[in-house]
Amino acid sequence: MAEKIIGTDIAPQDLVAKITGRAKYAEDFRADGMVFAKLLLSPMPHARVRGVDATRALAMPGVIDILRADEVRQIEGRPGEASLTDEPLYEGQPILAVAAETEEQAAAAIEAIDIDFEPLPFVLDPLDSLRPNGPNAYTGGNRFGGGEFSELKWTDADFEDIEAGRMPNGEAAVEWTKGDIDSAFSESDLVLEESIVHQSLSHHPMEPRSAMMYWENGKLHAFVSTQSAQRTKYAIAGTLNIDPEDVILVAEYCGGGFGSKISGNTHMEVPAVFSRKINRPVMLRITRYEENYIGRARPGFQSWLKMGFLADGTCNAIDLYIVQESGPFGAGDFNTAGMIADLVYTPQNMRFRGIAMYTNTPPKAAQRGPGGAQIVIMMEPILEKAARELGLDRLEVHLKNAPDADVGFGPRNSTLTSVHAKEALLKGAEIFDWAGKQELSGRVEGSKSTGIGIGLSPYTAGSRGYDGLMVIRPDGKLYIHQGLGNLGTHSIMDTARPAAEILNLNWDQVELVWGDSSQGMPRSSVQAGSQTTHAHSRANHAAGMDARAKVLEVAAQTLGGSPSNYDMDNGRVFRRGGGASMTFAQVAERAIELGGKYDGHELPDNIHATTVPAANILAGQGLMGVARDNYGGSGGVYSWVAGFALVELDRETGVVAIKEYVAVTDCGTVLHPRSLGAQVLGGSVQGMGQAMTQRWVFDPKWGVPFANRLYTARPPGILDVPLDMKVDAVGIADPQTPVGAKGIGEPPVGAGGAALTSAVADAMGGLCLCRTPLTPDIILAELEGLSQPFTLEQHIG
Amino acid sequence: MGEAESVGLLETKYSRRKFIKGVIAVGATASSAGYFIGGSGLLGAQAVPGAAERLITLTVNGQQRRVDVLPNETLAMTLRYRLNLTGTKLGCDRAECGACTVLIDGVNQYGCSMLTNQVRGSSITTIEGLENPDTGELSPVQQAVIDEGGFQCAFCAPGFIMSMTTMVNENPNPTRAEAAHALSGNLCRCGDYDKILNCAMRAAELARSV
Repeated sequence: MAEKIIGTDIAPQDLVAKITGRAKYAEDFRADGMVFAKLLLSPMPHARVRGVDATRALAMPGVIDILRADEVRQIEGRPGEASLTDEPLYEGQPILAVAAETEEQAAAAIEAIDIDFEPLPFVLDPLDSLRPNGPNAYTGGNRFGGGEFSELKWTDADFEDIEAGRMPNGEAAVEWTKGDIDSAFSESDLVLEESIVHQSLSHHPMEPRSAMMYWENGKLHAFVSTQSAQRTKYAIAGTLNIDPEDVILVAEYCGGGFGSKISGNTHMEVPAVFSRKINRPVMLRITRYEENYIGRARPGFQSWLKMGFLADGTCNAIDLYIVQESGPFGAGDFNTAGMIADLVYTPQNMRFRGIAMYTNTPPKAAQRGPGGAQIVIMMEPILEKAARELGLDRLEVHLKNAPDADVGFGPRNSTLTSVHAKEALLKGAEIFDWAGKQELSGRVEGSKSTGIGIGLSPYTAGSRGYDGLMVIRPDGKLYIHQGLGNLGTHSIMDTARPAAEILNLNWDQVELVWGDSSQGMPRSSVQAGSQTTHAHSRANHAAGMDARAKVLEVAAQTLGGSPSNYDMDNGRVFRRGGGASMTFAQVAERAIELGGKYDGHELPDNIHATTVPAANILAGQGLMGVARDNYGGSGGVYSWVAGFALVELDRETGVVAIKEYVAVTDCGTVLHPRSLGAQVLGGSVQGMGQAMTQRWVFDPKWGVPFANRLYTARPPGILDVPLDMKVDAVGIADPQTPVGAKGIGEPPVGAGGAALTSAVADAMGGLCLCRTPLTPDIILAELEGLSQPFTLEQHIG
Repeated sequence: MGEAESVGLLETKYSRRKFIKGVIAVGATASSAGYFIGGSGLLGAQAVPGAAERLITLTVNGQQRRVDVLPNETLAMTLRYRLNLTGTKLGCDRAECGACTVLIDGVNQYGCSMLTNQVRGSSITTIEGLENPDTGELSPVQQAVIDEGGFQCAFCAPGFIMSMTTMVNENPNPTRAEAAHALSGNLCRCGDYDKILNCAMRAAELARSV
């Protein structure tokens, strides 16, 4: 019997390459005649380039050429990002690029370029943009709609409300309501109203977004760092307006993305266009300093939140207003935040209002759990306060409000395929010993006080309808072609497991093919929104079923009888009850002889058009399994993480030490326990950084970020997290997907961050410190009773 | 800040720096010049094009390697761009992340923060030099990572593995806390610290049994 593969710990196939230095990330590729490009970054948050004099630079040794904004794709008439621009909208936005024989020569040439900049007004704080007579991020205004820019300003009265700590009533861009919040609040036994600040913060994947490219015989060879491979090939082709089959994408490894490299990135265009212009391979090596600017960031919120509770802990009303700091090109986090607030607390009566304001700060993009992580991190301390005032246990309050599978949430009453949030809470509470640790809550020893906290965090975890593509070759092995990116989640390996089990193969009889589009990549999901595990366990299940059916048919056609007379195991198809058999190697050869659908010369009508070229590459090489995921399903796919933290707060220094952390997830069937644990704990650690360590600071006068490196906005290090963290899964299969597995990338971030903010609130005796990050100075200011202004003053100035 | 005011401030700043005529030169660009070798242009460091390369001999992974280097070239750049040892990663160029960690005479050091000329005469070991050169067998630390399924994106992995290699030599019987301290110069943005510590403890166990 072939081994059990789903649910077992198997080291990823690429691990040896990763730990011997053989794994090639984008900047590890070389090409004959390769030259280096460097970017010239805007020194101002908003300006117009009136002139460029590159005479001196072009005369320098080794310098080859310059690339200007008018040589790359520009987005006209609406907010949109170009890879090079003559109107920079944030400090650090690339203006132009220079290519030279060595990187040092290119860098020196950048220094020798004279640019005439016209400084323009800028805005860092979205509230400043809403102020009467406040500055706008764009020359045309601060909002865009109906094909044009316009100006939206709130009134002096709105700002009087804000300064008085009240929720303003300025015009929102998005508004939805359900139920009747006014009568619900009048029935509430407790109403809490808080204003909350959640900062913006950079993604900072370990690998900066370097890229090397060259053109050969009319085809672009692109070596890039991207979360998603197949989709990035099409993104590059779209940007350059070329035939996608003229892009050879090589993306074997990606050193992290967290939402900042979903289908590559804007600045991949620079080496693509530059190498075509100068007919040399171009390496664009991005430094950490550059990554800070062009590498994307999570949008910050300034929010007002009013929550009503009944005496039994039921949350019966939420009124939420979010103003989002959106950078120059926008982001959608605030909308998701409203949905997630409704989903976690199920208030039945809710009003959500939100507005996203353009700002002249580094561009925003989805960052692991976009919107969801911010809102649960912000709301959890309020729940701590509510439970305290009502004399209830926080776990009980969560259990009272967490949804079941019949939930309808958000403005369209969205439904879900499965929900096991309560099971995750209960299992986490048991492992953490929530009941036993109650006596530690608020315990003071010397200058230190202890706090415990819970964070409950859901997020999207799946999509449907992609294609699977695989070939059994005459060597008898199953080659599963993945169009996914290899960004470290191991899902590129783990989502192949269902196909191996369907064909009753051992894992060493399976080869994964990925990272090079010339080898054939099927239409795949972008590797974002935690879609992959769900989407591609389905797609590979479908293609595995197709391969299985074809193997049985080939056996029947060759050995006689009908397909149902046959079964397969361990690389051999055999007649049930004994008799004739064939190896998969023989099946592959026979499939090639038979041709047609068996070896991929005839393809199913319903696969995506972008899978066809990939399948054509592989036609005739063996028995092909190719299918679209038509399993269907209704409702959104969401996974959950319940996080539990124990912290020790030093009231003299403001330093928080995280002593214990437990996380339990509801993500359906577990494909790979150890990698799941890594996703859940790693995501939780990122949430801890979001809530506590990575702080953005701007100079308000010049609009430039001070916190522009890893040490100035530091992600957690190994000494910042508990030595032993515990992780587990509810492990209940999702009923609407054949393998039962849901994604997991995103929900842990909110769980880790919110367990922390909740625990800190507990350690502070119920003080709702409604802002992030909880750095020592911010905590000390609160402990000393200094008011925290409802502005970005902690971050701007 | 009003529109007129913010523009006024910028004009003041840049006129003070003689940019009033609208010409911004060298130092005002937020450039990354010199990042990989000298230092930030913003901090006044200048790149040195045309500086003479000099042929030196390095001992890397047990082999004598003759290589032309600039006087101010970092070891990480020499390894990656002159010797094609790309297993040593550049995560920050600036001693913040540890992805470029290599061993200098057995001690873990940041390759980005060491000039190549400083390490002539030293024995340099990179991630490519950990396997047994005769048998290809993984080192105990590498085997421990396989056993524990360590790392996610693994861009930090070579650096962590070099630090673990020093750790198992210097402290063959570490506690989990001691292991964390030994690895605290390396950053993992995936936050995979729990599994990295499992790898370190397993590495020490394997190294003890060799």
